Amino acid sequence: MLSMIRPADEQELSDAIKDALNEQAPLEILGAGSKREIGRPMNTSASVTTSRLRGISLYEPNELVMTAGAGTPLSTVENELAQHNQQLAFEPIDPAPAIGQEAGQLTCGGVFATNLSGSRRIQLGAARDHLLGIKGVNGRGEIFKSGGRVMKNVTGYDLSRGLSGSWGTLAVFTELSFKVMPKAEETRTLIFFGMPDKIATEVMTRAMQTPYEVSGTLHLQKPLALRLRHDGLRNMGEALTAIRLENFSGAVAGRAEKLKEAFAAYGDVHELDHDNSIEFWGELRELSFLQGSKDPLWRISTAPTDGPRFTEVLSSFMDCRTAYDWAGGLIWVEVPSTTDAGAAEIRRLLASLGGHATLIRAEPAVRATINVFHPLEPGLEKLSTLLKKQYDPHGLLNPGRLYATM
Amino acid sequence: MALLQQLAPDPQILKRRDRIIRQLKRLVGRTAVISDEYGRRAFETDALTTYKCMPLAVVLPETTEEVSDILTYCNEHDIRVVARGAGTSVTGGALPQEDAIVLCVSRMNKVIETDYDSRTIRVQSGITNTAITNAVAKEGFFYAPDPSSQIACTLAGNIAMNSGGAHCLKYGVTTNNLLGVRMVLMSGEIIDIGGNYLDAPGYDFLGLLTGSEGQVGVITEATVRILKAAEGARPMLIGFSTVEDAGACVASIIASGILPVAIEFMDKPAIEVCEAHAHAGYPLDVEALLIIEVEGSGSEIEELQEKLKNIAKSHDPTVIKVSTDDEMSAAIWLGRKGAFGAMGRISDFYCMDGVIPVSRLSDVLTRVIEICKTYELRVANIFHAGDGNLHPLILFDANDPDEVDRAEQCGAEILKLCVEAGGCLTGEHGVGIEKRELMPVQFSDTDLAQQMRVKTLFDPKWLLNPGKVFPLDKWHLK
Ligand SMILES: Cc1cc2nc3c(=O)[nH]c(=O)nc-3n(C[C@H](O)[C@H](O)[C@H](O)COP(=O)(O)OP(=O)(O)OC[C@H]3O[C@@H](n4cnc5c(N)ncnc54)[C@H](O)[C@@H]3O)c2cc1C
Repeated sequence: MLSMIRPADEQELSDAIKDALNEQAPLEILGAGSKREIGRPMNTSASVTTSRLRGISLYEPNELVMTAGAGTPLSTVENELAQHNQQLAFEPIDPAPAIGQEAGQLTCGGVFATNLSGSRRIQLGAARDHLLGIKGVNGRGEIFKSGGRVMKNVTGYDLSRGLSGSWGTLAVFTELSFKVMPKAEETRTLIFFGMPDKIATEVMTRAMQTPYEVSGTLHLQKPLALRLRHDGLRNMGEALTAIRLENFSGAVAGRAEKLKEAFAAYGDVHELDHDNSIEFWGELRELSFLQGSKDPLWRISTAPTDGPRFTEVLSSFMDCRTAYDWAGGLIWVEVPSTTDAGAAEIRRLLASLGGHATLIRAEPAVRATINVFHPLEPGLEKLSTLLKKQYDPHGLLNPGRLYATM
Repeated sequence: MALLQQLAPDPQILKRRDRIIRQLKRLVGRTAVISDEYGRRAFETDALTTYKCMPLAVVLPETTEEVSDILTYCNEHDIRVVARGAGTSVTGGALPQEDAIVLCVSRMNKVIETDYDSRTIRVQSGITNTAITNAVAKEGFFYAPDPSSQIACTLAGNIAMNSGGAHCLKYGVTTNNLLGVRMVLMSGEIIDIGGNYLDAPGYDFLGLLTGSEGQVGVITEATVRILKAAEGARPMLIGFSTVEDAGACVASIIASGILPVAIEFMDKPAIEVCEAHAHAGYPLDVEALLIIEVEGSGSEIEELQEKLKNIAKSHDPTVIKVSTDDEMSAAIWLGRKGAFGAMGRISDFYCMDGVIPVSRLSDVLTRVIEICKTYELRVANIFHAGDGNLHPLILFDANDPDEVDRAEQCGAEILKLCVEAGGCLTGEHGVGIEKRELMPVQFSDTDLAQQMRVKTLFDPKWLLNPGKVFPLDKWHLK
C-alpha cells in the first residue's frame, strides 16, 4: 500500500505538493477513491486524499448557494439540501457500482473534478454549469481561488469551469461553491415498452421539442432494462423508454396529458407516479442498468440524432448492449471484451459522426494500452499539454491518468 | 479626464503603419481594410465612450481562413489585435489601441446549419444575438441568453464576455448554452472545440475561453443550444414602499421553489426616468418595483401568478399589477426594456455591474446611495434581482472632466462594496479596461497569475486585446 496523505487544510495540501515537487514524486489525487478504476492506470509514489477537507461552510437556501470542502461526502451535501427541499439539479451520477465499487462514497470535489452529470443535464446543465467558484492548489503548490459564491460572475477568466472535468490533473480543489435548486413539487414519468432504438430516440426528441420542460429522457435496450431494481419495470421484460416531467403539480398533470396525446400513435403509454418516479430516477443515478457486468463499458456523447445511427453501425459488427440518455445524445454501451475493448471501431465511427467516447469500465491492462479518454485533435492536444504545463509543470498531479503525455 | 492609463503604443509599429496596411489589403482585399481617418473613427470606442483611441487600421474579414491569415501576419510582426463584434461592450472591452488593428467579425454573420432534432444551431460568430433567435423562431425555438443589447451585439462578443440577460435566471448565461466554437489562435492556427454534442472531451476549453474577453483567440463560428419557447409568458409588476420590502420579497420568491424566468428590480429614480420616457403606467409613489415574469400555459401561468401574489402580499406591496394579456405584458416590459435609452436621454451614465448575495440587497443599495451622495452624483438602480446582479447607473456630465473622474471613483467604490458584501466586480459586462485596476480587490497575485497563464498559453506574446482585464502593473506575474 502506498502512503496516503490526508491534508487537513489547503496549507497542508500545498506543503504536501511542494514536498512532492522537491522529491519529484508524482501523486495520485483522490476524494473517496470511488473512481480510482476509471482512467489510465498511473505510477505514483503516494496518494493525497481530500477526505479531511470536509464540511459545509455556507448554505443559504434563499440564495440557492452552498460552499463545501472538497472532501465533503456528496451524501452529506444532499441530505442537508433535502432538509430545505433542495437538490443538485445536475443529478450527479455515481459510476462506482458499475465498476465494482461500493455506491454512495462520492465527494463533492470528485463530482466537479469529473463533471459527470445525470439525466437532468439535458435540461438544466452539467455539474460545471452549477459551479460558482473554487479554491484549490495547483501542481506548483500555489493556493488560489477563482469565481466566488454569487450567481453571476465574469470577473476574470473562468478557471472554475476550466478546471472542472480535469480529473485532478491540473489542480486539487479544496473548496467549492455551487448553485443548488429547489426540488420540484411533483415528478411524473411516462414509460413506453418495447420500442426499437430509432423509434425511442424519435419519441425522446419529440418530447424535447415540446415546451413542457422535459427533464429526463432515457431508453434502455431490453437486456439493460432487465437489470433495473424497480420490480414493476423490470418485470415487464421489455426495452424501456422514459420521459420525465417535473414541476408544480398542476403543471405536471396537464403536461403529462398533453404528452400522452401527442404520443398516442406510439402505442400504450404507462405512467409512474411521483414516488415511483423518484425511486426509478434515483436508481438511474447509480447506473443500475449497467451493474453486474464486467464487459467493457463506454460512455459516448454525440448529437442526439446520431445516437441510433452510431449503435446501428456498431451492432452490425459487435454484440453490444446500449442505453441512451440525454434524448439519445449520451450513449452507454457494453461491448465484448477484446484487447482494445472496441476502441478502434467506436472511435472510427465517431470520427465521422462527431462526438467522443470514454472507456468507463475495463481491465487495467486494456486501460493501460488504449486511450481511455477520447484522443484529442492535434491542435487541442497541444493546448492541453500547454495547460498542463502551466498548472502542473512537473507532472505531479495524476500524471497520465487522462492522457499518456499529460 | 478619464483616469485609466492606456497601454503605451509601440513606436516601431506606428512607423510601419503604411506597410502594415498594404500587407493587410493584400491578405483580405482593399474593401475589407479601413485605413482612412473617417472610417476608423467609427471604431475608436465602444459603449464606454469616455475612452477613445484611433486604431492603426480596421479589418473586416469574411472567412475563418482570412482571420487566420491576418493573425498569422500580425503574430509574425508583433502587431497587436483587438477583436470586435458590434462594439457594445460597456467596459471598454473592444477599445482599440493606437498600435493595434481592430479585427471586426461583423461581416461573418451567417447561419451555417440548424438542427431542430438535436436542438442546436451553428453560426458565424458575427451574427447578432437576436438574429439567432429570429432564425429559429419560425419553428418556435429561441436562443436563451438575452442581453438588453441583443439587437446589436454579436454572439462573438457574447461569448467573449459570457453575457447574460434578464431571462438568464432560468436559462443560464452564454457559457451554459455554448456547445462548440471554431477559433483562430494568435499564431493563425485554426482549432475546433466541442461540437454539436454536450460536454466536449478533454479539458474544458469552452469554459476557459467563454468570458476571456477576446484575449485568447478570435472566435469565428459557434454552435449553441436552441430551446423550444414556452407556450406563453406573462410579467407582473409589484410596487413597494421600501427597498427592503422589495429585497425581502425577492428572497422569499427564490426560497419558495418558484423559479421565474426573470426578476427585475427598479428603484424610484429609475422608475421616474423610465416612466417619463415610456409612459408605461409605472406607479410613481413607490420606492421600488419588481417585474417578475413566469412562463407556461395559460393555466400554469395563472397558478404561478397566484402563488407569487401570495408571497408578495407578505411583504407589504403597495401595488400589484398582474398581466392578463399581451398588451399589459408589453406595457409592463416597455419601461424596463427602454431603461438604458431613457436614461441616456436625460444624462450620461456609467453602468456598474457588481454582484452581491441576494440577501444583502437592501443594505448594499442603501450604501450605494450614500456613496453616490458623497461624490455628489445621482444614481438610479435597475437590475437582475434574482441573481443579485446590480446595475447602479451613475449619472454624470461627460463634458465636465471633474464629474467624469468622480463618476469613475464612485463606481470603483461601489464595486469594492460588492466584493466586501461577498460578491464580485462584474456579473455580465466583463472587466475590460474599466475594472482592470480593481482586479486586486477580488484576486491575490497568485489568483491573477493562474488566469494570466491561460492567456499566455494561447497567446504567448500577449498581442490579443492587451491592456484589458489584467492590471498593467501585474504583467510581471505572467
Ligand atoms: C444598451 C446596452 C445594454 C446592454 N445589456 C447587456 C445585458 O443585459 N447583459 C450583458 O451581459 N451585457 C449587456 N451589454 C454589454 C454588451 O452588449 C455585451 O458585453 C456584448 O456581449 C458585447 O457584444 P459585442 O458584439 O458588441 O462585442 P464588442 O463590444 O465588440 O466586444 C466585446 C468583447 O468581445 C471581444 N470579441 C469581439 N469579437 C470577438 C471574437 N470574434 N473573438 C474573440 N473575442 C471577440 C472583444 O475583444 C471585447 O473584449 C449591454 C450594452 C449596452 C450598450
